[in-house]
Amino acid sequence: MANDTSFLTSRLDEAIGWARKYSIFQYPFVTACCGMEYMATACSHYDVDRFGAGLPRFSPRQADVLFVVGTISHKIAPVLRRIHDQMADPKWVVAFGVCTCTGGFYDNYATVMGIDTILPVDVYIPGCPPRPEMVLDGLMKLQDKIQGKRTTGKRPAPEPRPIIGEP
Amino acid sequence: MRLEMNPTDQSHPGDLETRDMLLNIGPAHPAMHGIIRIVAKLDGERIQEADVEIGYLHRGFEKMSETVDYNGVIPYTDRLNYVSPLINNMGYCMTVEKLLGISVPERCHYVRVILSEISRITDHLTCVGASAMELGAFTVFLYMIKAREYLWELVEMVTGARMTVSYCRVGGVKADLPEDFAEPCRKAFAETRKVLAEADGLLTRNRIFADRMSGTGVISAEDAISYGITGPFLRATGADYDVRKDCPYAVYDRLPFDVPVGTRGDNMDRYLVRMEEMEQSMRIVERALRDLPRGPVQVHPETGRPMPAAEMVDLAKVGNIVAIADDSAVTCPTLEGSGRARYPSIATDEKRVFLPPKEDTYGNIEGLMQQFKLVMFGHGVRPPRGEVYFPVEGANGELGFYVVSDGTGSAYRVRVRPPCFAIMSALSKILTGDMIADMIPTFGSVNMIGGELDR
Amino acid sequence: MNTASLIESVTHRFPDAVSASHTYRGDATVVLRRRFLLEVARFLKEDPALQMNYLMDMTAVDYSTFGKRPAPAFFSSSGVAVSPSPQIPDEDPWPGPPDQSRFAVVYHFYSMAHKHRLRLVVPVEEAVAEVDSLTSLWPGANWLEREVWDMFGIGFRGHPDLKRILMYQGFEGHPLRKDYPVKKRQPLIGPIN
Repeated sequence: MANDTSFLTSRLDEAIGWARKYSIFQYPFVTACCGMEYMATACSHYDVDRFGAGLPRFSPRQADVLFVVGTISHKIAPVLRRIHDQMADPKWVVAFGVCTCTGGFYDNYATVMGIDTILPVDVYIPGCPPRPEMVLDGLMKLQDKIQGKRTTGKRPAPEPRPIIGEP
Repeated sequence: MRLEMNPTDQSHPGDLETRDMLLNIGPAHPAMHGIIRIVAKLDGERIQEADVEIGYLHRGFEKMSETVDYNGVIPYTDRLNYVSPLINNMGYCMTVEKLLGISVPERCHYVRVILSEISRITDHLTCVGASAMELGAFTVFLYMIKAREYLWELVEMVTGARMTVSYCRVGGVKADLPEDFAEPCRKAFAETRKVLAEADGLLTRNRIFADRMSGTGVISAEDAISYGITGPFLRATGADYDVRKDCPYAVYDRLPFDVPVGTRGDNMDRYLVRMEEMEQSMRIVERALRDLPRGPVQVHPETGRPMPAAEMVDLAKVGNIVAIADDSAVTCPTLEGSGRARYPSIATDEKRVFLPPKEDTYGNIEGLMQQFKLVMFGHGVRPPRGEVYFPVEGANGELGFYVVSDGTGSAYRVRVRPPCFAIMSALSKILTGDMIADMIPTFGSVNMIGGELDR
Repeated sequence: MNTASLIESVTHRFPDAVSASHTYRGDATVVLRRRFLLEVARFLKEDPALQMNYLMDMTAVDYSTFGKRPAPAFFSSSGVAVSPSPQIPDEDPWPGPPDQSRFAVVYHFYSMAHKHRLRLVVPVEEAVAEVDSLTSLWPGANWLEREVWDMFGIGFRGHPDLKRILMYQGFEGHPLRKDYPVKKRQPLIGPIN
């Protein structure tokens, strides 16, 4: 809690954070195998509805958390970026699965090695695919972040890296 | 565009100038299928033309297989058809075994068949559940995922992972079935049968479901064959081709099962074929469990005793191998099936292909050499130069692997023949003439798995 | 029909089209000269004894580094070279890549009625990397040929719409060729990584 906020606004911030973290409307941008574990987490056995995140919104205008689930190839990267740009603030991004965190073992001509090269990511959930318990742990970390109203925000410009295959 | 002022006057339909609308059903679709782009040209609600664009999940499977060794391709094959990973594993391993010209023990075949059929059930559950959800039957989806969880717990008991298992190896499987596999399997199947009965009661004679699924997405058998379609999609049109029956491999020729064949080739038939196939798969597994050949050879009762694996390794590293010569290592449950006692049932005899049991690696020099020759950089599984093609029955159809080897430790070319590639190439023909709303059940019954389609 | 009589029926009917054949590991394989491809495919499909109604798969292989990949030496920095372990010996060895040409387009056919399979291998040299399209006989060849074009750069004469299918339209190069480095990326957005 910052020292220069008054009692009422900080209480209000806490209340808003509390309301936001228990009513997550996620946009599941599902591409690959992690989607199966996402489905498993969302369904009855490892219910994600008890965290308040049970309603996926399939429109970026209506969602506040972007779950990027599964490998992102260079062909779909512009689509992902556009979806993220279409979402309204405050928004958070969860990188679900190791392909979105760092690229996984698909280090080749077709994949983006980690979506944090193109989007600001708030929570990384590694695993190939992550077990539903890990997903719920990541969701709880996200909820802490939402409570504190901290977002990763605009990312700094990445440093230039050499292009493999050119002299 | 000049509109008629009297809306009930049908006498001059030619006065209305209309244009077709282009609707982009773009790559970020609701969940499961989020990587297909269909650009549909619509006349009102009817689709005149549909252009299907794929490739949004291309991950370079074929290029990556050329950079790793033969066993290293197995995790990549898991992620091809990721809802039935064991079938892909088995297909690839059997292809390389054909290239090597080796055979695996019979029990290993049975174990592979059992797990493949369990994978097939999970695939069909996911497919039917997802397509029911897209039609609005969310409850059915939850029920089917519940059944899938039971099956995944079963798979986890055997392989250690729920989904991306990497269970098969070139020349065998990673470990044998646990001792107490039959009882949890029976319980899981009882639950699955309950779920299937419930889903059947909710969907099959449901007016809305039947109306949306019957008569939509029709394809004839000749068209399906000319596009190269195989699997449940083809069998629903009436053509009877199942790789397990027509070109049997592993022990499928000894296991009795039926192959459901539809008649009309529409979505309803595909749904019914898949439901029945799940029941047949359970029948195969139950019969295979009954027929499973005798398990591991017992250790020598007088000198052989079980000892913790860590202790055995410590003794071996100081050179005290006499003390451990006959003993068997006790490891964690998911590795339990891979001690020396079980090797005759899970691995081939060919020493140049399969890693030795740890008791041999640490216990005698031949085992150590075998381990080194397979693990060291530059050595490893080196098939003779050649090319083979081997098809297995994947959940979507004929899954074939074409492997070209140049004699070195990594494959020269690995090609996977994806069954849903053929179905997706026919999709634009199937969709033409149907309404926009019919696209949803049709696309759901294609069971497009992105990992397999785009590799 | 068994593999020998399959190969025999093709060779008998088109004696100057077939340049080689073998049945390595039981797979009937025929190496064809490329100008005869369309006729032979039509024969395979329509002949009642063969009835190959399925074009199961079509792919290509780039043989430019076949046999030239070095088996890495164990202590390469010290100059000690280890000879690679001998291959598992073969009684009936594979004849090797079909030709001196760089590419080979490989077709797999299957007959539902007779349950037999045949593989056609068509060598294609790099200078004129083109074969006839089979879309007139099997509509399923449409996407398969687009993929071979995308991944290898082999053109197909007579294809209605030959464009990329797995990579995006602006991609330059053909990824599965042996001279395309694995990690060379051409991203549409974002840093080069």
